[in-house]
Amino acid sequence: MAETVVQPSRSRDLDKLLLRPGNIIGANFDPGLELREDLAKYAKVLVVGAGGLGCELLKDLALSGFHNLEVIDMDRIEVTNLNRQFLFRFEDVGKPKAEVAAKRVMERVSGVNIKPHFCRIEDKDIDFYSDFSIIVLGLDSIEARSYINSVACSFLEYGSDDKPREETVKPLVDGGTEGFKGHARVIVPGLTPCFECTIWLFPPQVKFPLCTLAETPRTAAHCIEYAHLIKWDEVHSGKAFDPDEPEHMKWVYNEAVKRAELFGIPGVTYSLTQGVVKNIIPAIASTNAVISAACALETLKITSGCSKTLSNYLTYNGAEGLHTKVTEFVRDKDCLVCGPGVLVELETSVTLQKFIDLLEKHPDLLLSKASVTHQGNNLYMQAPPVLEEMTRSNLSIPLFDLMGKTVRSTLHVTGTTSKNDKKTSALRKLRIVFKGVDGVTDMDMAGAA
Amino acid sequence: MIKLFKVKEKQRELAENANGKTPIKKQSAGELRLHKDISELNLPKSCTISFHNGKDDLMNFEVTIRPDEGYYQGGTFLFSFNVSPIYPHEAPKVKCKTKVYHPNIDLEGNVCLNILREDWKPVLNINTVIYGLFHLFTEPNSEDPLNHDAAAVLRDNAKLFQSNVRRAMAGGYVGQTLFPRCL
Ligand SMILES: [Zn+2]
Repeated sequence: MAETVVQPSRSRDLDKLLLRPGNIIGANFDPGLELREDLAKYAKVLVVGAGGLGCELLKDLALSGFHNLEVIDMDRIEVTNLNRQFLFRFEDVGKPKAEVAAKRVMERVSGVNIKPHFCRIEDKDIDFYSDFSIIVLGLDSIEARSYINSVACSFLEYGSDDKPREETVKPLVDGGTEGFKGHARVIVPGLTPCFECTIWLFPPQVKFPLCTLAETPRTAAHCIEYAHLIKWDEVHSGKAFDPDEPEHMKWVYNEAVKRAELFGIPGVTYSLTQGVVKNIIPAIASTNAVISAACALETLKITSGCSKTLSNYLTYNGAEGLHTKVTEFVRDKDCLVCGPGVLVELETSVTLQKFIDLLEKHPDLLLSKASVTHQGNNLYMQAPPVLEEMTRSNLSIPLFDLMGKTVRSTLHVTGTTSKNDKKTSALRKLRIVFKGVDGVTDMDMAGAA
Repeated sequence: MIKLFKVKEKQRELAENANGKTPIKKQSAGELRLHKDISELNLPKSCTISFHNGKDDLMNFEVTIRPDEGYYQGGTFLFSFNVSPIYPHEAPKVKCKTKVYHPNIDLEGNVCLNILREDWKPVLNINTVIYGLFHLFTEPNSEDPLNHDAAAVLRDNAKLFQSNVRRAMAGGYVGQTLFPRCL
């Protein structure tokens, strides 16, 4: 009985994962009390979205031993959220989701600190995101996922061996649900496919031909889209339609009803109108719970190393019986967002013109007529003439200066490559390192191409 | 990874205010792909493009089309393009800013062009879209009407359609609608 006394934690089950060794553990797993305490003390988790999934995620993460959570969401609570976004009450309607969700979880789970951010994800600068150990997504839009993905991948740096530098890897756990279906995935930039590598997984939104809407509507959705896309402009010339404005939505609904009556089409309802206009599929509370549980567990696994992680995409379908499956998607090696890009080393005196000439001879590129863009700055454009003229004066300026004198940076080039006399156009990511500037070590130089 | 976070966090505490220079570097995949599309534009002589927010905002631009043949010869038509950060997963949003008497463009500037909606594919590009728009002026079609009246006239009486188009472009009325001069 002389065993070391293990302090009972709030969750016995969590301790079974964190305090004991095992066989299917992750790399560098070091079980023990210190691990449990470090998770509470040092792991900082950002939850993006405080809706159906976000509420579940905050609760699950708080109960999984994380003490430092932050949540970001730009929405306010609506009555229709209350059936599944269980942290909210009737009297909360109109308040910011992030603030109420943070408060409710902190009231219930002692020791947890949740900082809410009531704003758009684009409102935060890059340093804000850089601060977190891991980012968990409970979102319903492709645009927002793509944005956070590009932010997380922007921290990623590659060594001269084209391997990601571990300290620059910002893992993401992404959950998503649509009705009875959902997915949970782990994105470890540089190691597993990022969101852009597999963007084709998301089916494009169905778009009806405008002339069908205008001339030959056949379904309730056609009538709604007619009111939304055509009639709105006709009546409110110049005023933009705002899907988050209930008055606008009601107007579209009423017009859709008139349209449907005219063509004898049944089925236009207010909730269908919201669904069609905002491209929303009714949310199911249990789907959110299942997906959130998977995401919270992956977050715990990645941060603690207590188990190997999901590799790398789980789909769940509860529509007919229950079906789940894990697929290991592969990275797009040429991914512009998470790929290493081609390493190019330059003297600080090289002008943009000289650089463009160099690309033509670079053995890994052989890129002619290159246009160059650096982090949103279009340094040189070969076409159209109006842009060529606007960027031409850059050609004689050293690239180092044009890139803000950063020693190490990423830029993208578009141009023509020829392979076996066949010309194809290519968009390539380059990793630029300037030689002979402070901060560049010999090791960085070792892999010079 | 917790060890890494722990190290990082401790470093951060130590180096608090030591001015961590995190470079700002986010360019959406959509912007990059658009950069490629734009730098490879190869437009017919009758089409010009302009970037009203300068050389670094490619996501919003305008295209001017001056048809050199067909019903609309001599007219000048302005289109606005708005491209999403998830382009080319999503088609660019295009509106006709010039009020035009056209079977496939309504008076609010909505354009019925299949590749802008139901037939958009990520392999298509801005060049294809501009050619598609150009094509609408050389061959307006009465099959996909957005302006019902114009489509009916084109279908039933090409001569009348021609004279309506000329009248509209000269800055006159067709039916109850006054069109701005765009010649
Ligand atoms: Zn990728």
